[in-house]
Amino acid sequence: MDLLEPIIKIAVVLGALLTASAIVVLFDRKFSAYIQNRYGPNRVGPGGWMQSIADVVKLVMKEDIVPKAANRFVHDLAPMISITVALTTFAVIPFGDTIPLFGKEYNLIIADVNVGILYILAMTGMGVYGLTLAGWSSNNKYSLFGGLRSSAQLISYELSMGLSLIGVIMIAGTLQIDDIVRSQTGYWFGWIPQWNVISQPIGFITFFVASFAETNRLPFDLPEAEPELVGGYHTEYSGMKFGLFFLSEYANMIVSSALITALFLGGWHLPFAETWGLDPLVLALLKIGAFMFKMFIIISFYVVIRWTLPRFRYDQLMNLGWKVMLPVSIANVLATGVVMLWLTR
Amino acid sequence: MTLEQLMFYGLGAVGIGSGLLVVTRRNPVMSALSLVLNFFCLAGLYLTLNAQFIAVIQIIVYAGAIMVLFLFVIMLLNLRDERALSDRLSARKIIGAGLAFGLLLQVLYILMSAADGFPQKDEALAVSTGTVEVIGVQLFTTFLFPFEITSLLLTAAIVGAVLLAKKKLD
Repeated sequence: MDLLEPIIKIAVVLGALLTASAIVVLFDRKFSAYIQNRYGPNRVGPGGWMQSIADVVKLVMKEDIVPKAANRFVHDLAPMISITVALTTFAVIPFGDTIPLFGKEYNLIIADVNVGILYILAMTGMGVYGLTLAGWSSNNKYSLFGGLRSSAQLISYELSMGLSLIGVIMIAGTLQIDDIVRSQTGYWFGWIPQWNVISQPIGFITFFVASFAETNRLPFDLPEAEPELVGGYHTEYSGMKFGLFFLSEYANMIVSSALITALFLGGWHLPFAETWGLDPLVLALLKIGAFMFKMFIIISFYVVIRWTLPRFRYDQLMNLGWKVMLPVSIANVLATGVVMLWLTR
Repeated sequence: MTLEQLMFYGLGAVGIGSGLLVVTRRNPVMSALSLVLNFFCLAGLYLTLNAQFIAVIQIIVYAGAIMVLFLFVIMLLNLRDERALSDRLSARKIIGAGLAFGLLLQVLYILMSAADGFPQKDEALAVSTGTVEVIGVQLFTTFLFPFEITSLLLTAAIVGAVLLAKKKLD
């Protein structure tokens, strides 16, 4: 019986994550169509909202082409790494308060590990293998360029990503993500919610920018860069293997928006909901809704920024990473430490 | 067999297998990938010993940073497949392999003949020493001086690397 609970949780989360990825793909396309003053997908289903299903069917049916000179084994392995990393990261993110079901309280997190934040940093660090190996194994110079760029980019931005979280860790005093969410449930002066975005604005901004680089979204999508690299690391991929890269990009987007929500925006915390005197089950469901709503806001930001900013040049990207983001996040750690010392004196 | 033993033998087998692949693959990229797999097995073994911090750091530092740089360099240099070992097997190498095998036999003999064999795992001690909190407190109290010296050493290494890189550019 011990194993049943995690298995059900994993099944539910995996299903929700994959469905959400398909919806976010369509949302991205619809929203970008709106921004560019065109219709976007509007043929399949009501208002075009079944387009993703048609796309998945098409990708599965397509022929899987592997270039003759490619390293077959690594070529197959790379998309698997990408999607595995994208899906397993969600395991340590709490997406709701404890929920009372069938007379028992359930934690809405798959694995509440002691080193949650470190686990997330480790997993995002693994994501680079998918892109790098895809670029190398295709035996195509554009792909190789994409792979090289992705490894350089992810290593540069991983550092400031980790450092921008140190302020949050210092305030919460723990690496357990569930505890970090719980540390944000109070109020300052009785009405400002104690969210980390208010106490750690610089950490929030640096983490947000770094998450763009980690998910390869514009303006940091240099590993793909369609105009110059013909699609970058996935130039030589077709069918569902390309689909897996596509899916993992959007799953990554969902995971990082969930992470930003949990670490900076109070997670599932819905301000003042505790005082409304609701039934515990309704309250728990409402908190899951609050978590999803905050995620949706962040994802909308990703889409808007994609169609607002142009792509960075490669040296600009490196300069921003090493000469701006890294010093700023180190200064943020120092400032947080000084303020915390001053407050506890 | 308990789940823990199953984990130990499973991870150990995959770890040894991937370790062998590291030295037998001719393609340097495949060697590097096998090494990454080996690191994951090691991290899993650390987890069975309740050393969560070491396990995650193992993945972040070795698999996430160092091996990515390795791959980066291998891909940049576009290394060809290594030649087969038999092409350049000399007397020196055969003697070296023989000596290594002798050393392995010696180590095995000492381990087998030790009176109490392998030390038993102390569950309570493992739980109380492997967590981030305990390691952090130890680093900043008992081992503060070695910790700071290490960071100084790393800074010196970085300065040296920058200097070397600059010299080549001029």
